[in-house]
Amino acid sequence: MKKINLNKLKELFAYISEKSSLFLPIESANSINFGMYDEKAKVRLDVLKTSKSPKDLFFPQSETLYSCQSAKGKISIEPQALQNDEFVVFGMKNCDFAALEILDKVFLSEPVDTFYKARRDNATIVTLACARPSESCFCKAYGIDCAQGAGDVSAWIIGEYFYWCANTQKGVALLEKTAHLFEDADEADVESAKAQIRDIVAKMPLMSLDLKNWGKGKTAEKFDSPLWDELYKPCLACGTCTFVCPTCQCYDIKDYKAGEKVVRYRCWDSCMYSDFTMMAHGNNRTSQMQRFRQRFMHKLVYFPDNNDGVFSCTGCGRCVDKCPASLNIVKVIKAFDKEA
Amino acid sequence: MQELKNRIKQLMEENVAQRALGWKKGEFGYDAQAAFFESTDELDDFVYNGFCGANLSKYMIEACKKEGRTIICLKPCDTYSFNQLLKEHRIQREKAYIIGVGCKGTLDISKIKANGIEGIVDIEGADMFSSENLLKIKTVYGDHELAYSDALLERCNCCKGKEHMIFDEIIGESADTVSADRFEQIEKIEQLTSIEKFEFFRNELSKCIRCNACRNACPACNCRKCVFDSDKFDSAQKANSDSFEEKMFHIIRAFHVAGRCTDCGECSRVCPQNIPLHLFNRKFIKDINMLYGDFSAGSNCEENCPLTSYSFDDAEPGKI
Amino acid sequence: MSECTCHKDYKLDTLVPQIGVITDITDETPDVKTFKVQALGGGKLFEHMPGQCAMLCVPGISEAMFSITSSPTNKEYQEFSIKKCGSLTNYLHEMNVGDQIAVRGPYGNHFPVEDELLSKDLLFIAGGIGLAPLRSVINYVLDNREKYGKVDILYGSRSKQDLVKLQEIETVWKNAKDVDVHLTIDNPQDDWDGHVGFVPSYLEELAFSNDRTVLVCGPPVMIKFVLQSLKKMGFSDDKIYTTFELRMKCGIGKCGRCNIGSKYVCKDGPVFRNDEIEELPNEY
Repeated sequence: MKKINLNKLKELFAYISEKSSLFLPIESANSINFGMYDEKAKVRLDVLKTSKSPKDLFFPQSETLYSCQSAKGKISIEPQALQNDEFVVFGMKNCDFAALEILDKVFLSEPVDTFYKARRDNATIVTLACARPSESCFCKAYGIDCAQGAGDVSAWIIGEYFYWCANTQKGVALLEKTAHLFEDADEADVESAKAQIRDIVAKMPLMSLDLKNWGKGKTAEKFDSPLWDELYKPCLACGTCTFVCPTCQCYDIKDYKAGEKVVRYRCWDSCMYSDFTMMAHGNNRTSQMQRFRQRFMHKLVYFPDNNDGVFSCTGCGRCVDKCPASLNIVKVIKAFDKEA
Repeated sequence: MQELKNRIKQLMEENVAQRALGWKKGEFGYDAQAAFFESTDELDDFVYNGFCGANLSKYMIEACKKEGRTIICLKPCDTYSFNQLLKEHRIQREKAYIIGVGCKGTLDISKIKANGIEGIVDIEGADMFSSENLLKIKTVYGDHELAYSDALLERCNCCKGKEHMIFDEIIGESADTVSADRFEQIEKIEQLTSIEKFEFFRNELSKCIRCNACRNACPACNCRKCVFDSDKFDSAQKANSDSFEEKMFHIIRAFHVAGRCTDCGECSRVCPQNIPLHLFNRKFIKDINMLYGDFSAGSNCEENCPLTSYSFDDAEPGKI
Repeated sequence: MSECTCHKDYKLDTLVPQIGVITDITDETPDVKTFKVQALGGGKLFEHMPGQCAMLCVPGISEAMFSITSSPTNKEYQEFSIKKCGSLTNYLHEMNVGDQIAVRGPYGNHFPVEDELLSKDLLFIAGGIGLAPLRSVINYVLDNREKYGKVDILYGSRSKQDLVKLQEIETVWKNAKDVDVHLTIDNPQDDWDGHVGFVPSYLEELAFSNDRTVLVCGPPVMIKFVLQSLKKMGFSDDKIYTTFELRMKCGIGKCGRCNIGSKYVCKDGPVFRNDEIEELPNEY
């Protein structure tokens, strides 16, 4: 375990960002999101949740797949270069890291998504324990411990100090590179900080959310429930929940005409959008109720069906904070519990 | 609130209306949601307090597709949107029984949280019909107090007024909440150089994640199919193939609702990235007022909008 | 935990297409053409199994999934029978021999030609362009004739002109060993002396024994009534296969739109056995 005084973090950031790109929570125009560090950046490690999850560092909202040109019946294709440079993500929360492991199940399963994999391979991830969880958090419901470290390096902010320890080879490499800035720390400090966090977690209202009624094999039981017809009604059919969600990974593939060239890019898509399931044969989810049901069934039943019971939600609570209609997965889970 | 709830119950029991459109309590006291109440039993969860910011007018479009009449609760500013929807023939007057609900301003939870208040488990004092001006906020980390008037949404600080523009009956009193000039920020932006203006909007709009919450919450955005949802249109509704598109989306939207926007402020309230989207619309309102005389969209159903009517006195391009 | 990976030798992403060249175009019906596609240097772009699909892409127009209609036993090329019905297919119909096209795939599962179908008596039921995916299986079966039992092919279309691959049907299939072909068209016409009527009723008329393994493909309404007829005739669901090949987009089970319950049509399908379909939630 190593530590550094908080007032020396700027030195640490400057040092890391000299060698590789550094991404961390940055405030810009009244909004806090993961962004690239530079000297002028307003770093906000104190903030619990960035507006958007850091998934776009690995799965950007829009990314080019290839560009191509065609003339006189001939085509040439130029695949987009993969992320080739190493980068560091600093201050990711455990729920967001757990979400990355869920994205891995999608993008790293065969056939591997090489664009995503290249970014994963090149990233060193420093997670930061949550000193002050909020009422919208429910990570514990999914067995995630926000006091415990994860990723390549685990970190804690305790009092005036920033503590960290490496979990992987990549983490060891990062710690070695920056060792001159750190001093040895007492493991016990971190242990008592963890205990404090866990005490707080125990008091948070949504942490005890029960998922026993969900998971593998629940399609028949849940799909035709009349509850969906009630629950979806306030839904505005916007994509806020899906775009702030760290595990939502649906995408669309589209063309962008840039002069002679056609750029084929991939972009986030939302199952909440009316044209999402528009395919060659027509549309198989034509009502907002069906689309609303799809989002929650996917996270709580279909994904577990295909992934050994793992839910596609980590309880980060962004949908709880951000839904313009104050609808969210918690309300859905509780409504079904009440019914049962 | 009890009075309001009782009245709705009575109206439903007397068959004046078949259902009610109101707000339902959430998990933490601040996350009330819009809700249809199909039976009087369901009214147990009915709530009306400062966190009922959601403008219900647009839900009336759905309500009009249902059998019978719907009681709809409208705050004074919501009635402008309702009128505007009536004027555009998107809803039918006879399908609604309007209870104009008193309003002392709606609350901005992000403003409350910006005071470092986290871990909220309950909020007392958000009642709309109480004259008390104190929010008592219970959190896991300790208790806080905050003046109600210090936690209002921006739109309430420059409220259009306490009057309901359309109603069948009114329950509760409304309070003055104006503490700022509505066009002050617009004037400040107008003073900027074009480069500074561009920089300001670029900064704000670069946060946009194309979630469409602004569009979908906006009562003026009520097209059956939005042009941005068309796969025939070159610009996708959900992503920017280049950085111009996020600006284009918002600029087109602002133009499209110009003259119809009632400045209800839902766009800014729902934006997950805190983009002050209402500034676009308010600039249009300011310009319309200047060019055609004061006009307030939705203040009634009869008046023609200056942008959709013509007169010989109309301002000419380039001759302002 | 992820370990340090220094290797950079990633394969080309599966979303990036290969370039193929159209080496032959056959007019099948007024609105269906069959395109032969080969790799730039000749030969096939990839190996596939009967029932699999590939994404055809015209840069700047669109891309869409099409079933591969040629049999994998064909070593030279892949074929796609494509009905003109939208901007992409309209464009494809204007293309010429020698033009290049971007192709990615193959995608999806396939008909179980090497396990469940082996040594079975087979009944193919197709309507209109729905013959395309089944033709791949039929030719695979005919090229491996000894591995399968008796074959019946019931194929119907709106008119004689709308029967796809009629020449191959008349000259190859009808002459193959232990193969019976039953053609039908919706309405009588002068140059047709064959059966007239819809596929489901002809199916019931033909009264096949219900121990056959059935492969069905066609317009949704035809499939619906064929399944009803098969049920009436006592066929069990676990012997009926069909394909949902139009219901997909990325082709690799990741973009998230083609699912029916927990099943992704593009990855777990497009070929489904009817008892599997019965278990899916009603959203297709």
